[in-house]
Amino acid sequence: MNNIIDANNLVFEYYNYDDNGEVKDTIRALEGTSIQVKEGEFVVILGHNGSGKSTFAKHLNGILSPKEGTLVVCGIDALDKDKTWDIRKEVGMVFQNPDNQIVATIIEEDVAFGPENLGIEPTEIRKRVDEALETVGMTEYMKDSPNKLSGGQKQRIAIAGVIAMKPRCIVFDESTAMLDPIGRRQVMSTMEKLNKEYGITIIHITHYMQEAILADRIVVMDKGHVIMEGTPREVFKEVKTLKEIGLDVPDTTYLAYLLQEAGFNISTELLTVEEVTKAICQLQ
Amino acid sequence: MSITIKNLTHIYNEGMPFKKTALKDINIEIGSGEFVGIIGHTGSGKSTLIQMFNGLLKPTKGEVIINGQNLHGQGTNGDKVNKKEIRQKVGLVFQYPEYQLFEMTIKDDVAFGPKNLGLSKEEVDERVKYALEAVGLDESYYEKSPFELSGGQKRRVAIAGVLAMKPETLILDEPTAGLDPKGRNELFEQLQKMHRELGLTIVLISHSMEDVARYAQKLFVLYKGEVAYQGTPREVFAHGKKLEEIGLAMPQIRYVMESLKAQGMNIDEDVLTVEEAAQHLISYLRKKGEA
Repeated sequence: MNNIIDANNLVFEYYNYDDNGEVKDTIRALEGTSIQVKEGEFVVILGHNGSGKSTFAKHLNGILSPKEGTLVVCGIDALDKDKTWDIRKEVGMVFQNPDNQIVATIIEEDVAFGPENLGIEPTEIRKRVDEALETVGMTEYMKDSPNKLSGGQKQRIAIAGVIAMKPRCIVFDESTAMLDPIGRRQVMSTMEKLNKEYGITIIHITHYMQEAILADRIVVMDKGHVIMEGTPREVFKEVKTLKEIGLDVPDTTYLAYLLQEAGFNISTELLTVEEVTKAICQLQ
Repeated sequence: MSITIKNLTHIYNEGMPFKKTALKDINIEIGSGEFVGIIGHTGSGKSTLIQMFNGLLKPTKGEVIINGQNLHGQGTNGDKVNKKEIRQKVGLVFQYPEYQLFEMTIKDDVAFGPKNLGLSKEEVDERVKYALEAVGLDESYYEKSPFELSGGQKRRVAIAGVLAMKPETLILDEPTAGLDPKGRNELFEQLQKMHRELGLTIVLISHSMEDVARYAQKLFVLYKGEVAYQGTPREVFAHGKKLEEIGLAMPQIRYVMESLKAQGMNIDEDVLTVEEAAQHLISYLRKKGEA
């Protein structure tokens, strides 16, 4: 499979300016970040606040541009400013706060906003809006106002707006942070569906370790670098290392870890409730 | 500081076509010095409820009683209750409080509230020191810009701004949304410390079942504007799968314990934290090994 995202040695700096407009100090958010994502992959990016996750994500559809390094997204050179709009057709983004992403007063109009701006035929827009709402399970609300929806429903509308543009890749930048448990579940299962059934590449940034279990691969960032990479099993078994850099592991894995520490012969390569249950039963 | 809510109903836009009942016949009691959690699905009325606690909203019906004073009734001498005084005692930290930071330095930002109380410079300085110490930020931060800090630190500065008003009750609306695990743990540890050492009453709104299970002494579960369940975390989470029907869940670890029990292990599924579960399992497995 081809790499849909190929980032090599990205460097990005934020600047603080003093009263005279001179650069006061520089914060290096990305320091030689290299991440490759294959088409159709489901990747979760973990890292503490300020590790560079969101900065990286904002490079993927040209919101930010690196100071150094190379970045090819969907075969397009992301450093070429003239190609920014081509990339945005391929890579959609869903942000943290659902209330900041809804632009229209009727749900179906909100979903149509993206394709309308791509200059797509009205009949095709109708088709795409219907399909997108169907995919996220919000068809029955299409004539309603978005302000009566729950957080999870609003995020699904935001997702529908992105799907209607038929992207090959969607980046979720902490899209579950503000949701209640059911809202989180709804958004996660929508993500899985888009990935498994529609083959859309998913990049999900989250602080919920439980959500990362669903990924094909986890990328852990710290201080603008990738410091760990692997399947959820490979990454989460490193309980100590993750805790040291201010992260966590799923409660299921942590339980196995505590039992292991107490001298029991149990692996920490366990993720789901079923796996942990089976392993603990065997200890008897 | 005690908070009692009696038969409270709140209707937004009453008498208009868009009227919406946000809270329906709520009865809640929060004792002085308690650490209370409020959970509920999006739109269940949590944020409306906490705005009742310091008189930001006036209920359509019912009473809000703070330290024995009816907030919207008549005082003992027939005067109206001084809401300004109540608001100084009940500190409210909204969602994403770091968006409310605005001063050039951290010290000035925290000093803004006390300064407006008309306190002397010494008194203001003393409060700034107290508040920033309480959230775990030392003097090296005083002259820094609040915008140079990490998300977790910014949030702690914003909470310090409320603490500098010396409230007796601290209400926090999802204080850890968007914080990484370390930032989340640090903030909760500071809150627990303030609760223990300063005797602060704390009311916490959260979407994380794991967090309220670990830190709260008492839980109120809201569902569609009504109190569906209340009690200690143990009592509330004992309702198990019923919580899922109202948009919530059990703490993750409880699912593991229930599943183990279903496999025939004779253990107590009634745990709140991973550490507690591990302890149970370790003693259970050791006993079995000896037998």
